[in-house]
Amino acid sequence: MKFSENWLRELVGIPADRATLVERLTMAGLEVESVTALGAGLDGVVVAEIVEARPHPDADRLRVCTVQAGQGTPLQIVCGAPNARAGLKAPLATIGASLPNGIAIKAAKLRGVESQGMLCSARELGLDADASGLLELPADAPVGTPLARYLGLPDASIELKLTPNRPDCLGMVGLAYDVAAQFGSAARPPQVEVAPVAGSARRGIRLEAGADCPRYLGRMIAGIDPAAATPLWLAERLRRAGLRPLGAVVDVTNYVMLELGQPLHAFDDDRLDGDIVVRRARAGETLTLLDGSEAKLDDGFLLIADATQPLALAGVMGGMDSRVTAGTRNVFLESAHFAPPAIMGRARRLGLSSDAAHRFERGVDPELPRLALERATTLLLAIAGGSAGPVCAAERAQDLPTRTAVPLRRARLARVLGVEVADADVARMLAALGMAVEATGDGWRVTPPSRRFDIEREEDLIEEVARIHGYARIPTHVPAGAFALAPESESRLPDAALREQLAARGYQEAICYAFVGADLLKAWQLDAGAVALANPLSADLAVMRTSLLPGLAQALAANRNRQQARVRLFEVGRSFHAGGGAPLETARVAAVACGEAAAEQWGEPARATDFFDLKGDLQSLCALGGAPQAWRFDGEDLPAWLHPGRGARLLRDGRPVGFLGALHPRLARALDLGADAYVFEVELDALAQRRVPRAEAVSRYPTVRRDIAVELAEEVAWGALEATVRAALGEALADLFVFDRYSGPGLGDGRKSVAMGLILQDRSRTLTDEDADRHVARAIVALERDCGAKLRG
Amino acid sequence: MRRPRAGAADHVGSGPVSLPMSFLQGADLIRKGAMDALATRIDEALAAIAGADSLDALEAQRVALLGKSGFVTEQLKQLGALPPEQRKARGAEVNRARDRLVEAIAARRAALEEAAFAQRLACERLDVTLPGRRGERGGIHPVTRTLERIAAIFARLGYQRADGPEIEDDWHNFEALNFPPHHPARAMHDTFYFGDGRLLRTHTSPVQVRAMQGRQPPIRIIAPGKVYRSDSDQTHSPMFHQIEGLLVDETSSFADLKGTLAEFVRAFFERDFEMRFRPSYFPFTEPSAEVDIRWDAADGSERWLEVLGCGMVHPKVLENCGIDPERYTGFAFGLGIERFAMLRYGVDDLRAFFENDLRFLRQFA
Repeated sequence: MKFSENWLRELVGIPADRATLVERLTMAGLEVESVTALGAGLDGVVVAEIVEARPHPDADRLRVCTVQAGQGTPLQIVCGAPNARAGLKAPLATIGASLPNGIAIKAAKLRGVESQGMLCSARELGLDADASGLLELPADAPVGTPLARYLGLPDASIELKLTPNRPDCLGMVGLAYDVAAQFGSAARPPQVEVAPVAGSARRGIRLEAGADCPRYLGRMIAGIDPAAATPLWLAERLRRAGLRPLGAVVDVTNYVMLELGQPLHAFDDDRLDGDIVVRRARAGETLTLLDGSEAKLDDGFLLIADATQPLALAGVMGGMDSRVTAGTRNVFLESAHFAPPAIMGRARRLGLSSDAAHRFERGVDPELPRLALERATTLLLAIAGGSAGPVCAAERAQDLPTRTAVPLRRARLARVLGVEVADADVARMLAALGMAVEATGDGWRVTPPSRRFDIEREEDLIEEVARIHGYARIPTHVPAGAFALAPESESRLPDAALREQLAARGYQEAICYAFVGADLLKAWQLDAGAVALANPLSADLAVMRTSLLPGLAQALAANRNRQQARVRLFEVGRSFHAGGGAPLETARVAAVACGEAAAEQWGEPARATDFFDLKGDLQSLCALGGAPQAWRFDGEDLPAWLHPGRGARLLRDGRPVGFLGALHPRLARALDLGADAYVFEVELDALAQRRVPRAEAVSRYPTVRRDIAVELAEEVAWGALEATVRAALGEALADLFVFDRYSGPGLGDGRKSVAMGLILQDRSRTLTDEDADRHVARAIVALERDCGAKLRG
Repeated sequence: MRRPRAGAADHVGSGPVSLPMSFLQGADLIRKGAMDALATRIDEALAAIAGADSLDALEAQRVALLGKSGFVTEQLKQLGALPPEQRKARGAEVNRARDRLVEAIAARRAALEEAAFAQRLACERLDVTLPGRRGERGGIHPVTRTLERIAAIFARLGYQRADGPEIEDDWHNFEALNFPPHHPARAMHDTFYFGDGRLLRTHTSPVQVRAMQGRQPPIRIIAPGKVYRSDSDQTHSPMFHQIEGLLVDETSSFADLKGTLAEFVRAFFERDFEMRFRPSYFPFTEPSAEVDIRWDAADGSERWLEVLGCGMVHPKVLENCGIDPERYTGFAFGLGIERFAMLRYGVDDLRAFFENDLRFLRQFA
């Protein structure tokens, strides 16, 4: 909502300067988005008349004008505007004037011809963006009058960013009521006269859309002067509200919409056939709108039609065929109430926006149509002549919105706001907002005015009191209320601990979009069960990710392309899968790594990142949970995106929870990585599960270390050896680790040697050499039996 | 480098050693019973010990003097040949000399060892300015970092973290929060929908609803998470992060809301701000407010900057969640995490948070 400050001041007493007004509006919830000062720097600019315009002897584009500016002697002005012509009244900046754009006017010679001032465009005066020619003033503008006085300047265009609950402030009068309440002053709405009825032409009005349109008024105005000019004051108010004057009829309807808040529509009456019908559109019906677009309609749209065809999209936009044109002499004015649900979203569905739809969507005072019709009639008759016919009206009283009394309790008000507001102040503030206030035992009964659609329950009134009282006057207090200290779960690691661990190991956290391209998921063979958006922004952001890795790998590739050779990224986020009802959301931790194992350095031989680097990083995450025995890696059921020989599945307590390995070389190539990439992804919940420790006494007896080396087939995994030894020795084995692994010369083809250290312990006594030998022998027997291993000599 | 082993003397100095001439003549001197001559020889030996310039040289001296056939040992052997009346005095004399030599050798050895140690330390120099191994670190995303700070501040006020799905239904995202059926926010224009009518949550407020459905007051929760809106340009991202806060109890008021947010803003930015609560509108709170802080921009200018939306929980929302609005009141607030991160760290393009450019992210390590 944009409006002229001077106009507002005419409608309500504002005992404050502009800055204070702007501050008050904002702090009352009518946020001021911008203020454009108009008419500063117009000293020395006057209304002038071009008496004569001759060609410049030395310049085709310039004209030498004789200008009367009320100083007796005419002035000679050189002017380049295309519309400079004899008889035109236009602003003249006289010598000594200093324009808003910084130009100081001095006597000058232009191409050898003296010029005693400058004729100005609207832009040169800071009034408008229009620089196409001189600002054309009405023929009756008094020559010599200072332009600022003539145009009612200085003024300001103030733009409000209104919240959707305040459509009452989309009209100057509604706004004036609120401002009156803010300043404790009185609104002065215009006196609307009942226009004299001269004709008798009528149109029947049929309301066939139930509650969508409970009230419709219209009237014919015959014989207007199609060439009638909009008076300057009205045109200026439109301009300062951001509307361009377009012609008397449209200007009057726009003006009344701005003034009262009621959108009106004017039809060319000669284009109408029979009764006006308000009805839902029929599927497949089309209508060419004022803006030239063709609207394809269905029964969700409300139409104004006549006996034969659709005329206008109700509450949104008029039709092309029935519009008022430069030749229109007979006008049918519409002033109706459309229910918000009948209009909401309709303009947007057609890719339109209109001032009418903006208002009707939010709610227009149902009592306005008659007032607005009379106001528009009076103005139009005064500007363009003609004679008004009787008001034709149809109404469905049962569907008109009603305002019911809302109770406001004194105690509730104080409790919700945390401050006591004096009874008299409450009553005064609400009354100033146009509410009918009746005192009751514990507070008030308040009936809102018909223009307020947002007062339905007690809280709505509490907000009004708070708003007018001032949020700033509500004290600041830190809640003391009781709260129960929740148990601090120790069996779940905070996500932050996992993040911190990865960061400590050199990984940088990334955040990727949760939606990706369907193609991407397909390339990773991760498209099964993916959930697709119905209205994606683009094909790249169309499907919810089923894994964090495709996006993270793209981020990896993007960084490689930005000269980052060594990249380690991780993300903590959710993946999405179609489920029976709601899609399943699984929080995951994923990481990608590419490039050297360590940042380039001097102290160690350089080597590329490998599987075991990543596995170590992942194991360091697993270790945070304090249950190392819960985790197992195997090579089963690998996903398609892993290298088939360099991938592992991760299980926690026997349940698969993630994968680790080399990114499939085909995918790495598609990303143009130019190096192997290693990745992992694990369910967050599995990693976050933490064992709460149970302390055990430290053994008083020393451990014994025994090393054994065995030879066996290549394909027997370390995991199998480890499991075998652990099973064989049970509690006697305090620790087991592999410290060497060899294959090659000296061993048969497909054979390898593995050396392991066994840490043996007995918790009740010191192990003897014989005990240790017995344990080792048991381990060897088991290894021979279960793993086909041979002890190496 | 190994330290020379003390006590391994007998293995050292077995090579040829040149001794001062006077030692070779020592036996004759004793036979002549010349006590002064012994003293002279001992003085010479002491000088030689003091002059030994290496542990090897010193060891050679020790062997020549105190070894099996060393000078002093020889002197002691010759005592038996003396008449008994001379033997005692002479013996005492030689033993004293021997003690002096032992002491001098030990002192010299200590000095030589100390010098060798000092010399070794002098050689053991590192270029300590070379970088250490594996000192690099990754980092936490600025959005996470900001989120964690905010959550930590509210945790001190007793707010527990809560969570909800990112794919929501219309009821939780809109209807329970009192959005009228045709509210503009519901339009396809603003919200990402799925074919079955579900949607990507447009704010973290549905977590309020889930939290209240699950329990009775007192409630203090903070719900951080991703939210989605169908919008993308320099100031809008189709995915971003919000934090929702909710307090419901028997006493909370708008004054408490003001106090809580004032404390929060001060704690987060570690400074005081001029702050204002400006009436606004959200379907799920009433009275509603937007919170502005007086921000001094880098260029020295000052302006009001909107940082939070908040209000008293709308009674309809409490009712929808099975909480009696007569008994309980509450307040809720929501903020954009990226906005706070941008203000805190001076980031001026929202999109930078989701480009995952290491050159950007490393600044927040």
